Amino acid sequence: MNIDVTVNGRKMNFNIECDEYLVDTLRRYGFLSVKKGCDTGSCGLCTVWVEEKPVLSCSTLSVRVAGKKITTIEALQKDALEFAEFMAGEGAEQCGFCAPGFTMTVLAMKKELENPTEEDIVHYLNGNLCRCTGYVSQLRAIKKYMGVES
Amino acid sequence: MFTFSKYLLASSLEEAYDMLVKNKNNAILGGTAYIKMGNRRLSTAIDLSALDLSFIKEEGGNIEIGAMTTFRDIETSDILKKKFNGIVARSVEDIVGVQLRNVVTAGATVFSKYGFSDFIPALLALDTSVVLFNSGEMPLDKFLESDIKQDILVKILIKNKPAKGSFQTIRKSNSDYAVLNVVAANLVDGIRIAVGARPGKAVLATKAMEKIKTDGLTEENIEDICQVASEELTFGDNMRASGKYRKAVCKVMLKRALMEVM
Repeated sequence: MNIDVTVNGRKMNFNIECDEYLVDTLRRYGFLSVKKGCDTGSCGLCTVWVEEKPVLSCSTLSVRVAGKKITTIEALQKDALEFAEFMAGEGAEQCGFCAPGFTMTVLAMKKELENPTEEDIVHYLNGNLCRCTGYVSQLRAIKKYMGVES
Repeated sequence: MFTFSKYLLASSLEEAYDMLVKNKNNAILGGTAYIKMGNRRLSTAIDLSALDLSFIKEEGGNIEIGAMTTFRDIETSDILKKKFNGIVARSVEDIVGVQLRNVVTAGATVFSKYGFSDFIPALLALDTSVVLFNSGEMPLDKFLESDIKQDILVKILIKNKPAKGSFQTIRKSNSDYAVLNVVAANLVDGIRIAVGARPGKAVLATKAMEKIKTDGLTEENIEDICQVASEELTFGDNMRASGKYRKAVCKVMLKRALMEVM
């Protein structure tokens, strides 16, 4: 079947299987920043935005995004670079495998939450796993990026 | 691997139900996050996304939650954060991450009667009913006991009356499935106690509720009431905890919950 979508501002037509998940469709059409991690909805690596909301593309059927606006990190290079500088500054970037999904969630949080507390940040990022950092350096970076005082 | 060969974006509940009952291998799609972990091979997957079933509203003495409402909508709902000490909103906020909660739906969770659900015990402790397309409205506890398989959950109704609630959960890590959930709610007609993730589906601790109705709830008898609840319910083993542990911790969690709603 075919669906019309807008990916990163570009109108596209995807040819999909009706039971296909969005992570597979996006990767097949060249959006390789969208990584397949756990494929069980646990790790957050495959996070994209659908209608500006962060969702797990491994748990979202492609057919359900018909007519919708999808955003991947390819469209958010400027914001991602800005955030990456905070991460690098705190030594929070290690293997980088979780970075696309993690960054998509942080950028979504910045749009959604006003003046978050440290607790709000930790709660919002519960669904993004990182096996390298232990989260402390990441949290320092995010707090600086979000302008949260220690 | 979860698969289906045909997809129907239903234009009405009637159309969805007609397709559902045509074949026992047809099913209604919820958020599709949990079902994909299994191996179901459906014939036709029926999608309710176009039926405006995503809502949380106060209407006719109830708080209504539409079947396609996501957990993130429940978590952030101003209505649900204010009512019943916020236990309904609170119940879903530790479920994995925001990105999953933006996908998972209320209707699929309740209709599937998931034993691990955090959401169902919170509803069960309140005066909640479900509206099914074919079977009509029924109390949530009766629905959980029923063997209804082919129907469509349209919405959830929570009686919009004053209630003081407490949601207690224990987890091995913040976003893991619960080891046990205990919810108490002090309603105008008595205290209700629901226990979930036993790991079986959530149930009411009816003997403990009856004892509170008969004897009242005091600091002197609270331990006895917790003992009654832990004795009347069954607890099982799974990879997260043993039944013995669940039974022991149930008493402690219930005591905390009851002290909050006294």
